[in-house]
Amino acid sequence: MDLTLNWYLSLSAVLFTIGVLGVLLRRNAIVIFLSIELMLNAVNLTLVAFSQAFGDVTGQILVFFVMSVAAAEAAVGLAIIIAIFRNKVTVNVDEINLFRG
Amino acid sequence: MELPVLLILLPPLIGAVLNGVVGLFAPGYRRNEWLIGGLATAAVALPFAVAVSLFLGFHGEGTGHGAEVVRYFTWLAAGDLSVDFAYRIDQLSLVMALIVTGVGALIHLYSIGYMHGDPGFWRFFAYLNLFIFAMLNLVLAENLVVLFLGWEGVGLCSYLLIGFWYTNLKNSAAANKAFIVNRIGDFAFLLALFIVFAVVTDGREGAFGFDFTTLLASETLALFGAGTTLLVVLLFFVGATGKSAQIPLFVWLPDAMAGPTPVSALIHAATMVTSGLYLLARLSPMVLRAPTAMAVIAVVGALTAVVAATIAITQNDIKKVLAYSTVSQLGFMFMAAGVGAFFVSIFHVMTHAFFKGCLFLGSGSVIHAMHHVEHDLEHRGLIPGHHGSGAHSPHESEATQHPLRHDPLPYDGPFDAQDMRTMGGLRKSMPITAITFLVAALAIAGLPPLAGFFSKDEILFKVFEFGYNDQAWAFLVWGVGIFTALLTAIYMGRCYLLTFEGRPRWPGALDVKPHESPWTMTVPLVVLAFLSAVGGFLGLPAVLGESWIHHWLVEEGAGPVAEPAHELHVSHGMEWGLLGGGAAVAVLGLFLAWVRWGRRGLEADASLRRRLGFLYTLWSNKYFVDEIYDETVVSPVVEGSRRGLAPFDQKGVDGAVNGVARLVRGVAGRLRGLQTGVVQTYALYLVLGVVLVITLMLFV
Repeated sequence: MDLTLNWYLSLSAVLFTIGVLGVLLRRNAIVIFLSIELMLNAVNLTLVAFSQAFGDVTGQILVFFVMSVAAAEAAVGLAIIIAIFRNKVTVNVDEINLFRG
Repeated sequence: MELPVLLILLPPLIGAVLNGVVGLFAPGYRRNEWLIGGLATAAVALPFAVAVSLFLGFHGEGTGHGAEVVRYFTWLAAGDLSVDFAYRIDQLSLVMALIVTGVGALIHLYSIGYMHGDPGFWRFFAYLNLFIFAMLNLVLAENLVVLFLGWEGVGLCSYLLIGFWYTNLKNSAAANKAFIVNRIGDFAFLLALFIVFAVVTDGREGAFGFDFTTLLASETLALFGAGTTLLVVLLFFVGATGKSAQIPLFVWLPDAMAGPTPVSALIHAATMVTSGLYLLARLSPMVLRAPTAMAVIAVVGALTAVVAATIAITQNDIKKVLAYSTVSQLGFMFMAAGVGAFFVSIFHVMTHAFFKGCLFLGSGSVIHAMHHVEHDLEHRGLIPGHHGSGAHSPHESEATQHPLRHDPLPYDGPFDAQDMRTMGGLRKSMPITAITFLVAALAIAGLPPLAGFFSKDEILFKVFEFGYNDQAWAFLVWGVGIFTALLTAIYMGRCYLLTFEGRPRWPGALDVKPHESPWTMTVPLVVLAFLSAVGGFLGLPAVLGESWIHHWLVEEGAGPVAEPAHELHVSHGMEWGLLGGGAAVAVLGLFLAWVRWGRRGLEADASLRRRLGFLYTLWSNKYFVDEIYDETVVSPVVEGSRRGLAPFDQKGVDGAVNGVARLVRGVAGRLRGLQTGVVQTYALYLVLGVVLVITLMLFV
């Protein structure tokens, strides 16, 4: 079985879908962040796969950008969760609905 | 000509706005009575001066001076309709403008004295000026729409001025009545306008703006069939009955006496009520084409004249006598219009303005004096006080101390400054008022050579002449007219005698005396009395000389007022006979009044009541017209509205409006459910949107 480009893209797609479902369906805020990281990493995988397939290093450079943004975003997001936890003592996003219409 | 017309029209408007706005926003201004009154009077005197100069210019040019039309700008333009703000200066409009501004200026001067001390002084003069503006629009208008603007404007000002002392509900009710009854007439006027528009635009090319030059040209009038002309003229006449208080729409005029007396003099004697006559005179070429309508006009006029005269004999309130007298005299004017003698009706408008204006102002002077008498009596405790200034004197009279002793007044209720039963003998304390009132009363009674004799006699003569020309019904109208002239002399004699002659009839008359009014009030009285005396010479009958007013208005066919062509003319001998008869009737009436009321005072009223019995009850209750109208028209309309229209408004209209709001709120409530506040929901929407977009991009 030859591991062609399509295999990597499929894996990436599956990982991304799992990440999206996690964001939409899980209630724990930390798990949602986990899923977001999963989505970002799936995208990283796609970028590297394309880079290797076309021999263009631009994809791998872009991965660096994505990773640094992911790190910063994780830091800020976790800080927000801690701030919310201090107020409402919950990480269940269903309970954070002050903006309800 | 543009500047003079502006100088006539604008000063009253500016005066009204100035006094109104400054008075409204600067309370300190309201105390400057001389400034306010002077400004307002000048705002009417200036137009009078301009009108006089225009008149002299017109007069000097000799015969055949055509009308001058001044067009300012287009007001309404839509399809075939094109109405301009245009004014016309011709003989008819000049005469009316002179009357309005001349008598108006005198009444403005009078009001300075009469309304002295009233907290609404500034408001009064603002309204009065506004009225003059509206009336000038009416008489100077070149087309029926600007005329209607003035027509409505005077109705509005009449409402504002009748209900001037609006804190008293009775006055507001009278103002409402005047406006609503007028409106019925206005509705007929509008219907006539619509029919005119339909017929004229159907029959001729180009835009039509109801202007008189076009409308009264023989080609345009020929477009109207006989039936249509009859309908249009009758509708205009109904409008005129509303404004000029004829049967069936006269009921507002007696109630309108609730307004201050200068208002009664200006609006309800000299100017507004003559608008109907002016309308008919202006439309005379059209009216002459509807002989049946003319018969209706003459008969209604005659009926109104005699009905109002019979009521006037029984009234005790001096202003009510004069009000019914006005209705009656207007009936005379319509009689003249109905037989095609429009110029005579305008002549009577003029003389009536003089003597009725003088009579009303005179009555105002009397009422003013009687108010002082009333205060004096209250102060001395001779009548129960109701102004808070009860008896202060240590020697309180029995009237206030013994509740069982019956009221010293000859009528129920508090002292009425307008009731003639507590007047009498005023000639000694108010000589100027008395003499001017007498002159005006003799004029209206038709005593030669005063003004009323000439104008009233000319009316009766023209009616007679019409009958002579194979219209036998006119003789009946003439008979009614003669009888009414007799009644006029009787009730005016009674009015003068009960007020000014005999002994004073109010309680404490030996101690409390009235005094003459200030010069601002007596000068207009003198001027108007003088005009009542000499004004008749403007329209001498054919046997005595040339009638200037006939020449001025009709000008042998070239003038603005049309005239029917008669084949048969009354002989000179018969004309002298008719003149003599008219004079005899006047003398007889005055003599009867002197014999009964001059010698016996109030007792003559009681004997009249006994003699006439049921008739007296009918007349003194004004033929129960108000009660009949209430039963047949007013109550059904009010009840019908309460039962039918009010629920429709509450449930139907409000229901629909509230229903829309409820619908919106319901839908919004449902949609609100989309905003859960949970971030995941929004993320879901985001994902769904992305999926949708990608599907569309890939497959569409």
